[in-house]
Amino acid sequence: MECLVMFGAEFRRFSLERSKPGKFEEFYGLLQHVHKIPNVDVLVGYTDIHGDLLPINNDDNYHKAVSTANPLLRIFIQRKEDADYSAFGTDTMTRKKNVLSNVLRPDNHKKKPHIVISMPQDFRPVSSIIDVDILPETHRRVRLYKYGTDKPLGFYIRDGSSVRVTPHGLEKVPGIFISRLVPGGLAQSTGLLAVNDEVLEVNGIEVSGKSLDQVTDMMIANSRNLIITVRPANQRNNVVRNSRTSGSSGQSTESSLPSSTPNILANFLQGEEESDEEDIIIEDSGEPQQIPKAAPTSESLESLTQIELHESTQNGFLPSSEMNLNHSAGSVSMEYEVQDAEHKSLEEDGTIITL
Amino acid sequence: MLSEKVRDGSKFISCHYDGSYTQWPVSSDNRQPEPLENLVPYGPFPCKAISKIYWQTTKNGLPYIIFQGGMPRASYGDRHSISVVHGSQQTAFDFTSRVIDFFIIFSSEPTAEFDDPSAMVVLAEEELVVIDLKTAGWPAVHPPYLASLHCSAITCSHHVSNIPLKLWERIISAGSKQNIHYSNMPWPIDGGTNIAPDPPQRDLLLTGHEDGTVRFWDASGVCLHLLYKLSTVRVFLTDADPNDNMNTLGEDEWPPLRKVGTFDPYSDDPRLGIQKIYLCKYSGYLAVAGTAGQVLVMELNDEDAEHVVDHAEADLLQDQEGYRWKGHEKLKTRDGPVRFEAGFQPFVLVQCQPPAVVTSLALHSEWKLVAFGTSHGFGLFDHQQKRLVFVKCTLHPSDQLALEGPLSRVKSLKKSLRQSFRRIRRSRVSSRKRRGGSGNASEVQEANAKFDQDALQEMELAPVQRKIEARSAEDSFTGFVRTLYFADTFLRDSSRHCPSLWAGTNGGTVYAFCLRVPPAERRMDEPVRAEQAKEIQLMHRAPVVGILVLDGRSTPLPEPLEVAHDLSKSPDMQGSHQLLVVSEEQFKVFTLPKVSSKLKLKLTALEGCRVRKVTVANFGSCKTDDYSENDLAVLTNLGDIQIISLPFLKLQIRYPCIRKEDVSGIASCVFTKYGQGFYLISPSEFERFSLSTKWLVEPRCIVDVPEVTSNNHVHNKSGMENAARKSRASGRSSGDYGEDERKSGRLMEHALLNDESE
Repeated sequence: MECLVMFGAEFRRFSLERSKPGKFEEFYGLLQHVHKIPNVDVLVGYTDIHGDLLPINNDDNYHKAVSTANPLLRIFIQRKEDADYSAFGTDTMTRKKNVLSNVLRPDNHKKKPHIVISMPQDFRPVSSIIDVDILPETHRRVRLYKYGTDKPLGFYIRDGSSVRVTPHGLEKVPGIFISRLVPGGLAQSTGLLAVNDEVLEVNGIEVSGKSLDQVTDMMIANSRNLIITVRPANQRNNVVRNSRTSGSSGQSTESSLPSSTPNILANFLQGEEESDEEDIIIEDSGEPQQIPKAAPTSESLESLTQIELHESTQNGFLPSSEMNLNHSAGSVSMEYEVQDAEHKSLEEDGTIITL
Repeated sequence: MLSEKVRDGSKFISCHYDGSYTQWPVSSDNRQPEPLENLVPYGPFPCKAISKIYWQTTKNGLPYIIFQGGMPRASYGDRHSISVVHGSQQTAFDFTSRVIDFFIIFSSEPTAEFDDPSAMVVLAEEELVVIDLKTAGWPAVHPPYLASLHCSAITCSHHVSNIPLKLWERIISAGSKQNIHYSNMPWPIDGGTNIAPDPPQRDLLLTGHEDGTVRFWDASGVCLHLLYKLSTVRVFLTDADPNDNMNTLGEDEWPPLRKVGTFDPYSDDPRLGIQKIYLCKYSGYLAVAGTAGQVLVMELNDEDAEHVVDHAEADLLQDQEGYRWKGHEKLKTRDGPVRFEAGFQPFVLVQCQPPAVVTSLALHSEWKLVAFGTSHGFGLFDHQQKRLVFVKCTLHPSDQLALEGPLSRVKSLKKSLRQSFRRIRRSRVSSRKRRGGSGNASEVQEANAKFDQDALQEMELAPVQRKIEARSAEDSFTGFVRTLYFADTFLRDSSRHCPSLWAGTNGGTVYAFCLRVPPAERRMDEPVRAEQAKEIQLMHRAPVVGILVLDGRSTPLPEPLEVAHDLSKSPDMQGSHQLLVVSEEQFKVFTLPKVSSKLKLKLTALEGCRVRKVTVANFGSCKTDDYSENDLAVLTNLGDIQIISLPFLKLQIRYPCIRKEDVSGIASCVFTKYGQGFYLISPSEFERFSLSTKWLVEPRCIVDVPEVTSNNHVHNKSGMENAARKSRASGRSSGDYGEDERKSGRLMEHALLNDESE
């Protein structure tokens, strides 16, 4: 098996016995040896078959790397002191250019150094709560990263009815609910979804008015990157916002909206991009490769959104405190406003899909 | 008991529940009359009732006695018969479906001395049959409309627009030779005057049937006319001997039954069923494929001929070993030459192995190649050299279900049906028991009932739920070949284009093969070669339902021979070509020859519907003849029709067309090349719709009602004319397609084509 190692601008190639990879310690030593950096602490990473940059720091993930390399094992080494942890994770390599530039020329990016509490980037994310800052507190938007894991999504949905507040008072309306979680499935393992949670949206599309079969098809169509907005049956574990305590902040709802919009947009875009893991092509019985995107006609726009997207990647996980402060208490009127904003962002999203 | 009086009023006839009829004299005195004649026509054993009888006099003295029923109860009690007795002639017309009613057409002159019946009109449950009583042998009259579409269940349909006149005439001539047993009598029913303009072009609708026949219908106008019927049965050896038909009328057969009508729901062998049809209107080549993996290529011959059908086998499993096909066996073929009547005559038979149902078919009449696919893989056959070019197995090694064939699944369905019936029956029984409170109900039964109750309750508690799971490579039936497509395009490099074959599977894989077809002068000397050039795996893994190549002007490539016949511009080979892959969930455009994704439309993610049928439709402008555009006509699983623009994949319009519960209607839908479509609204009726303002087919007619009664009728008549005029006007006013269509709301001009179940 062939290994290609990149350390800064330096390349090294060597071969490795696939059947006897040895221990990580030995491999680490070997890397230091071939790059003649015996006393430098480095972070080792490799690209897996999905194009993700994943770390190698123990025997297990080292063996995984060796066993899945096909046929070439691409390894990236960074000095520990200027390592960019954010480079690791799902779909990092689809934005190869950025990652490469980050890895290869870390000094070019004057980024704030991360405070390393642990190394969460050592793991692939399986789920996240997103858009906490823009959703009503009673709702939860959950993103399931099916991509790259063997775990089944593992849940079922059913028809049901829920009570809504309408201008005509309380009304019983049909809704879609989670009916079952498969033990050991992705949905159950996240702990973010539960039986009897009402499904409100699938990847930004409202499900009201749609049949169970339609919602099923929508979820399956988005199964690689499923974002579902639910109203949890158990409302006790909701995220309580800072804004609630500082409820009488002078900020008006309207002024908070513009600031949240780009964030939603970014989240949707991100969703769009990541679900966009590319189809695979095999040419002339050669190696399977990902199908690249054809050069878009309106390059400026495309590249612009790309940048924005990358910048906001981290924001999607933890809402910045700034954003939270901008929100007033989750009044009913605000709920509608927010949904409006969502619609706007959706439309924009739509144009990008069909661009 | 029913009775019928003779014209002059001197005698009458009565029919009875015991299968007898009696003739009576009519006299003015009050004495009990003596019957003239009492007869049990199909005695002496007990007979079924005669439910209706006619006694019609003729000039030559011998009356016609026509009656329904009266068959011997034991052996023919289940027949739907109408018997005609005229002197020594007697025939029991045997209908395949229940007779609803019948009447006799006779001289309508009130002064005429005799009835002189000319025809008998029988409305059976499934068809209308008219029998000519004037001509010897009493032949049936060829129906000009209300043809029975469902003689044998329709299994597939194929529409070909704008048939060249030459081919049209040859098909009609082949069909007329099949109709010699019909009477020459003009259709005796006056249904009004058709005032629709002559159809602008000749359109053919081909229906494939369960019994291995293909019927050719003239679909140019409002009524479907049967032009020609093709049977593929003669190629095969089946259990049923073709000579053993019910039409043979033995001399000493009693009752003298004769089967009439075309409705015949019984198929001798379900393997004969036709699944895919492709007709090349320029060359007259026809390919049909069936349930047992049979693929036939046929040529139109104006004469009867006797010849050997070349036979080849395509082993689609190839190197996959250790599998056992548990489905039906392949069809046995006849050895030696077979006699074929004039019309389409098969000359090549390819049988797929395992003999699974053919799921896709493509014919290229210019390259003389036919491609076919099943749930196991696909193959390419050179029907000029009669040589198999290649086969490709698409089966996932772990896909046991696809290997076992359809049987295991059918069984399980049957089983579950049986169980549910049993459950219903049992619950009924148990509820009756409870109500009756009869003492002899054993404890076991009670326990059973309780168990059923519990089971029912459990069913009610567990609601309908749907599993949410990503599609995976290990899913069943991923290898099922859904679509095949021939294209002359840039597959390998941008400087040379070459013939290619594209195949799409249920698992979202697209295979592209580069073909080398020798030039015409060496066509017989050099073999056709094929080499796999590309394999695309769509990550969402939804079934691929359509593949299309767009030329440099983003126009879909023309059909084979279309350019040679000057009916299409030659495709633009200068600009770069694009590949459109339509899966059930997404539309994706890729560049060629280097495959990179260009744009896409994620239909399912946005709307929650999936693509069932897709085709390119040409929409012409009503105002100018020289402007038209190509779009995709899409039918979704919700029964909506959507028009999606090419090449930018923008949704133009959406129209709910078929109810989403009408699964068979959705499955039966075919689009035409010019934005019309057909779908079955019942087993025997096609509904026709038009998406194009240029091509409308509307039923327009005038019925002349005799003005003897009140002026009410006259009013009705003018009202109808008005309606007709109105619909014409609206047809014209909707000019530019797009906005006007939305406004007018008359997008779909539904026209009932075959309304006979009423």
